[in-house]
Amino acid sequence: MTRKKVAVEATIPEQRVFAVDSMSRVEGEGRLRVVVKGDEVVEAELSIFEAPRFFERLVVGRHPDQVIDMVARICGICPVAYQMTATEGFERLFGVELDANVRQLRRLFYWGEWLQSHALHIYLLHAPDFLGYDSALDMARDHRSIVERGLALKQVGVDIMALLGGRAVHPVGMRVGGFYRVPTRGQLRALLPALEVALEDSKETVRWTSSLELPEFERDPLMLSLYDAELYALDTGRLVTTEGIDVDPGDWDEAFSEQHVEHSTALQATSIDGKRHLLGPSSRVVLSGQGLHPLAKEALEASGGVEIIRRNMFASINARGIEMIHAAAEAIAIIEAYEPPADPFVSWEPRAGKASWATEAPRGVLFHRYDVDDEGRVVKARIVPPTSQNQAFMEDDMRGFAGSVLDLPEPEAAARLEALIRCYDPCISCATHFLRLEVERI
Amino acid sequence: MAGNSTKPLRVGVVKFASCDGCQLGFLDLGPALLEIGVKYHIIEFGEASSNRTPDGPFDVLFVEGSISTDEQARHIRRMRDRTGVLVTIGACATSGGIQALRAWAGNDGGIAGFIDAVYAMPEYIDTLATATPVADHVDVDAELRGCPIDTRQLVELLTATAIGRRPQLSSEAVCVECKRAGRVCVMVARGEPCLGPIISNGCDALCPGMARGCYGCFGPRESANGDSLAGWFADSLDLDDAAVAATFAGFTAWSPELRAVIDARGGPPGMRAAPASGSGKAANSKGGAA
Repeated sequence: MTRKKVAVEATIPEQRVFAVDSMSRVEGEGRLRVVVKGDEVVEAELSIFEAPRFFERLVVGRHPDQVIDMVARICGICPVAYQMTATEGFERLFGVELDANVRQLRRLFYWGEWLQSHALHIYLLHAPDFLGYDSALDMARDHRSIVERGLALKQVGVDIMALLGGRAVHPVGMRVGGFYRVPTRGQLRALLPALEVALEDSKETVRWTSSLELPEFERDPLMLSLYDAELYALDTGRLVTTEGIDVDPGDWDEAFSEQHVEHSTALQATSIDGKRHLLGPSSRVVLSGQGLHPLAKEALEASGGVEIIRRNMFASINARGIEMIHAAAEAIAIIEAYEPPADPFVSWEPRAGKASWATEAPRGVLFHRYDVDDEGRVVKARIVPPTSQNQAFMEDDMRGFAGSVLDLPEPEAAARLEALIRCYDPCISCATHFLRLEVERI
Repeated sequence: MAGNSTKPLRVGVVKFASCDGCQLGFLDLGPALLEIGVKYHIIEFGEASSNRTPDGPFDVLFVEGSISTDEQARHIRRMRDRTGVLVTIGACATSGGIQALRAWAGNDGGIAGFIDAVYAMPEYIDTLATATPVADHVDVDAELRGCPIDTRQLVELLTATAIGRRPQLSSEAVCVECKRAGRVCVMVARGEPCLGPIISNGCDALCPGMARGCYGCFGPRESANGDSLAGWFADSLDLDDAAVAATFAGFTAWSPELRAVIDARGGPPGMRAAPASGSGKAANSKGGAA
């Protein structure tokens, strides 16, 4: 078998191009390319050739509960993130007040997706980079118990999603006002033994990932996440950045915007004044870590502290593990305190206006805005996935990191750059409006 | 199918326009994932492995996603030539998926209007006006339906293919499973529109089990009478044409049986044909809630 993915392009002698034509172990299809002249990185591009699917246009004319089912299909790995963000945007516009236990079930549902997504990324996509394998299947030949721990962690997340949503990929349980059906106490408590194991496995995950050798790559990033003084921010609080932006989650588009950048075919999101931010697990642990469960805080300290996560992108694997501890611990607490609500959902009346909200998808802040008519039908939609907000920052990091791999043979250098990009857990299928790239030669 | 040789089959998993959720079915096999190597040698699976052999040749190729660009149409033909058994997985590959709705864009500005609605620089967009099933482009040997596919059906197909027998996949309606499970009918008891009478059951009647109507993930079963069900929605549930079309215009809307119903009732929401007498935007026409 050959490793065909790495293409070393024929170029003028003093210019070298490191390119990965089809990235592996990411969700969706993308390529990356760094152009170097002498010791200078003159170009760093992460491009997407995922075919456009036009979701923002497809939801026009639909009622809210159909929108929820449709936007799940943006991403098979994080459908709950899309459903949650849309649902809570509509609920805010329509003035829906959720029952306290339904509110907690929403968080539980989301923690299930986080566990599933983080376990998938840490064990099946990311860890092979640190241990020198092409895939988790190859890794399992030598480290079977580690891969099995990852599969078990993932399964717990899948089980939570399936109980509340019917199934883990494109679940069908959520609606504006609550859920179609809520579980009994007994059904929920049946998850507890597996969650107790998952909590211990998550702690073990962080012990393991923090023992992995990280490539040396330090910088001082601007960061963006939700922040909630009371909770580990998931779908409540404020949108904050390291340099002082502080807005309501529904007003993302007043502080940030998308631009169509030359040489890139993606719409890249930055703050209004053009600053590029990192979002996702590392940013959350840094900006809203005060809300982490004590067990997660303990693991964070033992792993070497927050500063490594802030400065070194490769430590995002620790941040994901720390968030799994939190997710498992809060899931247990929610289940133990659960009392079934009188009704699985409350009824609501549509009204015209802007239904917008932002939540923390496993990969970072996800923003939706729907302009709706007086019957609640979508007139116009805007969906800004985390990966398109991270993209400009990823390119900056590629530019910064490339210098350290220039002396390596091209295929190895390209593989190192690809490993850097994997740290962001890019979800390219999610990137509803990434565009096809025609590579521009310099 | 793919034979009884003791040598592992060379397998690929590739995608076109899709959400990656059906490929995830392989990673959701759990412990079975670690045993799969006995019969299957995965030589191309971009989402899971850096060890790539994108050009095959493949004994078995699993294809996710619908064909929505010229390049994808050329690519699937190349892949077909290098593949023994080609299996489409999921609603996108088997019937076009939700993105197939763009085929109705002609009712409201065409595909150019779609591109303008999403992208600032339309000239960079390379897309076809349709997103079509793989079988519209090349011969397909087997299909797994669903949005997403069901992991149990995937296990059945992998098992059957490994030993060269025909997979046993359900062809009965969602309704049959509801009756078997003794569930109260959401349409009869609560007046919820439900596509269960005409849709294949690959999901154990998931949505009625969650107290809501089926929205058609697994596509129409053989000899489905969509028009009869649509008439029932109109007469008994008092849905107007727009609401009936909206109910049918989901994740398998482009399958011929559902498409006919949607066409006869003016098109999907946001892409409705202008009434013959008026010139108002179809997207704003009044219609009842689905």
